[in-house]
Amino acid sequence: MITMKFVKNIAIALAAVAGLSGAALASAGADKHPMEMEWEFSGPFGKFDLASTQRGWQVYKQVCSNCHALKYFHFRNLSEIGYEENMIKAFAAEYTVAGDIDDAGDPTERAGRPEDAFPSPFANENAARASNGGALPPDLSLIIKARHDGANYVFSLLNGYEDAPAGHEIPAGKHYNAYFKGGAIAMAAPLSDGVLEYEDGTPATQEQMAKDVVNFLTFVGDPHMQTRHQLGVAIVLFLAFWAAVLFLSMKRLWKPVKEGKNFYEGK
Amino acid sequence: MAEWKATKPNNKALAWVEERLPIISLVNNVVGKDTPTPRNLNYWWNFGSLAGLMLVIQIVTGVVIAMHYAANTGLAFDSVERFVRDVNYGYLIRAMHANGASFFFIAVYIHIFRGLYYGSYKAPRELVWMLGLVIMLLMMATAFMGYVLPWGQMSFWGATVITNLFSAIPVVGDSIVTLLWGGFSVDNPTLNRFFSLHYLLPFVLAGVVILHLWAKKISDSGNPLGIDVKSGADQIPFHPYYTVKDGFGVAVFLLIYMCYVTFMPDALGHPDNYIPANPMSTPDSIVPEWYFLPFYAILRSITFDIGIPFTDVVIVPAKLLGVLAMFGSIILLFFLPWLDTSKVRSTKFRPVYFWFFWILVADMVLLTIVGGKKPEGIWPVVGLIGTAYYFAHFLVVLPLLGKIEKTLPLPESIANPVIKAAE
Repeated sequence: MITMKFVKNIAIALAAVAGLSGAALASAGADKHPMEMEWEFSGPFGKFDLASTQRGWQVYKQVCSNCHALKYFHFRNLSEIGYEENMIKAFAAEYTVAGDIDDAGDPTERAGRPEDAFPSPFANENAARASNGGALPPDLSLIIKARHDGANYVFSLLNGYEDAPAGHEIPAGKHYNAYFKGGAIAMAAPLSDGVLEYEDGTPATQEQMAKDVVNFLTFVGDPHMQTRHQLGVAIVLFLAFWAAVLFLSMKRLWKPVKEGKNFYEGK
Repeated sequence: MAEWKATKPNNKALAWVEERLPIISLVNNVVGKDTPTPRNLNYWWNFGSLAGLMLVIQIVTGVVIAMHYAANTGLAFDSVERFVRDVNYGYLIRAMHANGASFFFIAVYIHIFRGLYYGSYKAPRELVWMLGLVIMLLMMATAFMGYVLPWGQMSFWGATVITNLFSAIPVVGDSIVTLLWGGFSVDNPTLNRFFSLHYLLPFVLAGVVILHLWAKKISDSGNPLGIDVKSGADQIPFHPYYTVKDGFGVAVFLLIYMCYVTFMPDALGHPDNYIPANPMSTPDSIVPEWYFLPFYAILRSITFDIGIPFTDVVIVPAKLLGVLAMFGSIILLFFLPWLDTSKVRSTKFRPVYFWFFWILVADMVLLTIVGGKKPEGIWPVVGLIGTAYYFAHFLVVLPLLGKIEKTLPLPESIANPVIKAAE
């Protein structure tokens, strides 16, 4: 009896520790709770929605990249979301990057190549601030991982622009967004219906673009997610099999022990 | 007391080694076929081997990460991202290392609570217990410094908060902090020395693990009944019986661990640590990793000075008192073998201690919750009560309970656990 109660108690205690430490960590974050969206990448079998991720790349390139850098993203990474090598070369070549120092010791410029990182829109932090009313547009490489409930948060933020409620003062150059901490964000609403035309013909509504760019940024933040999920399923199956084999071996091996065999007769 | 038995390997090469260095005897006597072990160990005894497994995983993954890591404030964050993105299996190895710390603590904390439940700290196992506490302290130092290395926001601000604690020590406090920092704030020299120590301490820890096992050999393993081994009938060889049982435990534990690693590698971390360290911007709330939360709660629960009443004379300022309480909460455990005055080891035969044990568990859970909350509203009071109870458990309840508790009759032997009729 005591054993059963004991096991039950510790199970409850452990569950409480696990659950509450998670809850404790969740306390930081935005003011308004983000909308709960369904994402194809969530869960143990989650994978990237390639079509949406590709559209998201288009949104990032045409809209976000005017202000936001993506320093950990390289053009070569586009092969992981289904682009062919010649297309990647073409994407990269649209940009000019710093080349080697030439024989005369002068800096040079050249067209981008697949191995280059995505060029930053600004030369440095001061230039970025100067162009954005003193605010620094954050690098988006890890934005999904660097915010609590990141995918839902970014999606909500992009769709969260509205008129400030009465009595809520918004400083000049700021915009009201209920999902942003404090409510006043320096970024003006970046997306609105038809701000771009999708290459695949999908209607470019604000929600669609927000969803697509979140899919893209999730990929950029965690490019190995899908591989990791697949590996995880294989590992879990392998370990479950191994656990079963070991359990059965143990039961068989322990039989004489359970039957009371004395291994140290006469000692 | 356990006796040492010389092993005579059949293999010629092994026999050659054994004659010159009895290392095969060592293994055989500590976790081998010549290690008589109580036959009644339950699954709570699996967590020692699981902690050992996590130490090995941490060292192996850590050594690989160190090959790619740059201990420089300008490069550290980028080097970790590069490792995760561009190095083969970097994403897996890093997730194993980061989550490995959590699972190492899970194994060790359960191992410790098992010790508390079954009285594993009582004579003649005081040194096994104390060496275990040294291991826990080394783990805590290693984990704390490891968390600083990715140089994210939580790394930087966590390092700032924790190193600042030492400034509370009278007279030498500020000098200690300067020494820890290698300057006048948490900066590049801090990162360098933390990296060096983070690499060093696990090997020190591994050395203490050998002492821990050696002391375990001398005093024999405890067991769920808490009674001494009376005859050979009470024992079975460690190998193969407990090796296979530990193997089964390893498979189950790895299964849960790898679910975290592959399906939710960031669930136990803090999102702010994906923002590069910025000394100009303090995060909303600075929260340590979950395994430090109870101790963090104890630290923050002390908000009052101790002084001479009705004067302004402060003898112990609140900050120092908090630091003393936090370190004291662990140092206290070194004295546990003498604070617990009961002669009965296992909680099975201590009906009153049984409840106090579970209240202590609940208190630790409570302190974990408090440690994760901002210190506002009701939480500081809850934290103070939780802290007071923690100390009361060890300093008041245990010494008294051992004297007054009416324990249940102990079984005659492990092999024959027929309880003597209480007359």
